[in-house]
Amino acid sequence: MKSFEFFEPTTLAEASSLFAQKHAQLLAGGTDLVIGMKAYTETPETVISLQKIPGLDGITTDNDKSISIGAMTKVRQVELSEDIQQYHTALAEGASEIGSIQIRNLATIGGNIAHASPAADTVAGLLVADAQVDIASADGERSVPINELFTGPGQTVLKPGEIITQFRLLHPASGSHYIKHKIREVMDLAFIGVASAVNMQNGVIKEARIGLAAVAPTPIRATEAENLLSGKTPTPELLAQAGEAAAAATSPISDLRCSAEHRKEMVDVLTRRTLQNALDRV
Amino acid sequence: MSEKKEYKVIGTRPIRHDGVDKVTGRAIYGADFQITGLLHGRVLRSPHAHARIVSIDTSRAEAHPGVKGVVTAEDLPAAEDKMADLGEGAVSLKYLCDNILASDKALYKGHAIAAVAATSPHIAEEACELIDVEYEVLPPVLEVRQAMESDAPILHENLRTSSLGETGDKPSNIASHFQHKKGDIDKGFDEADVIIEREFVTGTVHQGYIEPHNATALYNPDGQLTVWCSTQGAFTVREQLAEILQYPISKIKVVPLEIGGGFGGKINVYVKPVAALLAKKTGKPVKVLMNRADVFEGTGPTPASYITIKMGATNDGKITAAQTSLVFEAGAYPGSPVGAGAMCVFAPYNIENVVIDGYDVVVNKPKTAPYRAPGATNAAFGTETVVDELAEKLNIDPLEIRLMNGAKEGDRRADGPVYPRIGFIETLEAAKEHPHYASPNGKKYHGRGIASGFWFNIGLESSVTINVNPDGTVNLVEGSTDIGGTRASIAMQAAEVLGIPAESVNPTVVDTNSIGYTAVTGGSRTTYATGYAAYEAAQDVVQQMKARAAKLWDVDEDNVQFADGEFSSINGKEEQISFRDLSARLGETGGPVIGRATMNPAGAGGAFATHVVDVEVDVDTGKVEILRYTATQDAGKAIHPSYVEGQIQGGVVQGIGWALNEEYIYNDEGEMTNASFLDYRMPTCLDLPMIDAVIVEVPNPGHPYGVRGVGEVPIVPPPAAIANAIYDAVGIRMTELPMSPDRLLKAMGKI
Repeated sequence: MKSFEFFEPTTLAEASSLFAQKHAQLLAGGTDLVIGMKAYTETPETVISLQKIPGLDGITTDNDKSISIGAMTKVRQVELSEDIQQYHTALAEGASEIGSIQIRNLATIGGNIAHASPAADTVAGLLVADAQVDIASADGERSVPINELFTGPGQTVLKPGEIITQFRLLHPASGSHYIKHKIREVMDLAFIGVASAVNMQNGVIKEARIGLAAVAPTPIRATEAENLLSGKTPTPELLAQAGEAAAAATSPISDLRCSAEHRKEMVDVLTRRTLQNALDRV
Repeated sequence: MSEKKEYKVIGTRPIRHDGVDKVTGRAIYGADFQITGLLHGRVLRSPHAHARIVSIDTSRAEAHPGVKGVVTAEDLPAAEDKMADLGEGAVSLKYLCDNILASDKALYKGHAIAAVAATSPHIAEEACELIDVEYEVLPPVLEVRQAMESDAPILHENLRTSSLGETGDKPSNIASHFQHKKGDIDKGFDEADVIIEREFVTGTVHQGYIEPHNATALYNPDGQLTVWCSTQGAFTVREQLAEILQYPISKIKVVPLEIGGGFGGKINVYVKPVAALLAKKTGKPVKVLMNRADVFEGTGPTPASYITIKMGATNDGKITAAQTSLVFEAGAYPGSPVGAGAMCVFAPYNIENVVIDGYDVVVNKPKTAPYRAPGATNAAFGTETVVDELAEKLNIDPLEIRLMNGAKEGDRRADGPVYPRIGFIETLEAAKEHPHYASPNGKKYHGRGIASGFWFNIGLESSVTINVNPDGTVNLVEGSTDIGGTRASIAMQAAEVLGIPAESVNPTVVDTNSIGYTAVTGGSRTTYATGYAAYEAAQDVVQQMKARAAKLWDVDEDNVQFADGEFSSINGKEEQISFRDLSARLGETGGPVIGRATMNPAGAGGAFATHVVDVEVDVDTGKVEILRYTATQDAGKAIHPSYVEGQIQGGVVQGIGWALNEEYIYNDEGEMTNASFLDYRMPTCLDLPMIDAVIVEVPNPGHPYGVRGVGEVPIVPPPAAIANAIYDAVGIRMTELPMSPDRLLKAMGKI
């Protein structure tokens, strides 16, 4: 690990102005950053901890069932939240897939998203929850939809000094499901991740959202597949068409974990499976 | 089955002597070791898989604040190309030294080039980056078939193939070729009604021990070198240090600390000589620790291999001929376990006509090291798959074909040895009688597979001393690293002789100055050979104590008998004294009693195992789930059944990882791309069902309690058993390891 300067600001404004410096990195849970620093893949000159800033964690549910999740909320809390389990099952399931319980007790949802790994386990769930990402900086606040946050692997629209403060989940789903394609039951990264969420009306799919992780440079929504589903009565044929459409929307890479063809094939299979399970949960 | 003997201690399940220290975190492992004035060492490793080292400039690192010393291959004594004898066959000293610190060529990514000692680990790491190495990068060769091509990049300009007694005349990557023959192979295939010939490829896999390699070395001004480390054999470390450093063995003391797993991977030395060089250079104690990437890239895995198997059988199921070519990658220097693979490949079967060809081939990967029955798993993957296919073609149950052809006492293996009493048939019968085998197996995409395996086990030297305490307990001193519960299994054998509880024996593993020579904990030898020495040392104690009782009672020594922990007089006087009471009277009867024994027992007895596995294949995702696993194994006599079961389960788990996921993944530049436990995927306990370990006991005639080594053979059958189960589930013969989702989907034509 390279030597670095360490700050523990107690206000967002202070953190934001420090963060605007060159070569600064934010420390949330540390489960990505510290490992990277030990491996010399991250060599920040300055590390700014967000852990002393009050008010950045916690989960609150409003009367209209919309849910806010503070960026510093531990992934384990997201996993165990009854409201998230009920209205955004796919997100709770994604949270439960990260590392081990010990890691989930350290890792934060904000860190999982800001790290911008295309394979992040909470991202597909946030995509199908159509989450709004609230961002603060010394210049003020703004909000972007989660599907506009990412620009590439490890890249986001966040500008120097901007810090994610919370995620707002405004659209509860009546059924959702996340599947992580992986080798091991625990302690593994997603070869791909697929989340599907549906809302039903009189036996017809009112709206469907499909979030895909690790199949493109950024996490994506499979909008063509979603459009194909909306207003239709679910049948195995329809789900198969949606699976194919979702796979067609991807541009996966081949890497040591998985070949591109394998990833594409899995998007097809897992889109069908997550849709079916989401429908079963309605 | 043999007669059942009654034992008081053997066969019970006492709590292991080292248990409390280990579960409370008090046990001292290599990384825990502290000593005043300690410096921290770090090794610079080659970023290239194959490169000539043009120059190394350490001046910037040496000038870095906090750096106390830098070493390179130049600090090693000049290693002419002489052969060094390390007890397990001669090896080239130059190869041995070059693997510690590369002199002229870097032969794999991660090859150690130089090392730094500094006042903190971070400074040492930083200083490594300040060492300027100029490389002339050469094309790497990573696969045995390519390495054998005539135009392949050559690793060693001076290496000539040694083939069936002839030495080649030009540089080659084929270090050696040998052959075992039995009977008339052509006649054997002529007699066969069905002949199956298949090719198999297995990946490079690592032992995956939790604790990375470590060493702390101290050079005293009087020339005494002390090394504290984690190792499978302190004496082996001492021998390797003496050869590599060209230093008198009498001036080296190796202190074994607790070990966090080895599985064969902690026999060869890596950072130990480096720590010694740095200690010599700095005059301070120096600790060198590896990180996980160092372990994957810089220590020996077990080899990838390319295997062809051809077997023939008559319509009634008799295997008439078997032929194989085993091509094993040695890594950067000669010495793959192909010899052991050749001993095991057809070992479970009595086949009249056999030809076995073995090839040891160097490639640009770390020099391979032993791993649990080295070579046998690769070989069995081929043989056991072909036997399964023969059974299918002949419409014979896979257990039945093994029962029909299974090796028994008196049968001769193709490489020479004639079997003493062995228990292969009994493991097959145990599998056949197990409820698992009778359970339904017909669901779609579910399949059941059978495979067997053999490992020869070894004896080698062991020493034990037993000091009798006045309270009737004994201190047992031994030199065998305890990896899998051998303090307990050795102590229990002494306790049985002495008629005292296992808890009354205090076993201690000591340094090389404090016990007689003891070979490595490896080859499944420790409970067998060191246990045998403990048995003999305890007998020595009994003999000496009989003399004390005789003195006490003023009777002839021959008139004292010992049974159930009591000494008694058999002629004339009615005298009796317990072991405990007599132990309090040693001072007055002549002084302390120390029992001792040294051994090099020859009758290790082979170990056989038969496994039954049920899998479910997800035909959409290519994932294989292990639903049920039963492993039967001949343990000879299970001293501590829990630890025998633990060894069986552990071996099966490692075999499952090898079968389904584990492999070194290389890019075209020869860089391992998955040098972490994240992407080198070993199974976790959540990935597996409870593994049912069934102990079969066919006593080994070469041990007083009938012990056979148990640690290695359980890793041998799993890849073949799982491949056979996958075939049963989806009708696809997998011939390449690991059988990962990617490979399975491709084999099923899905991608």
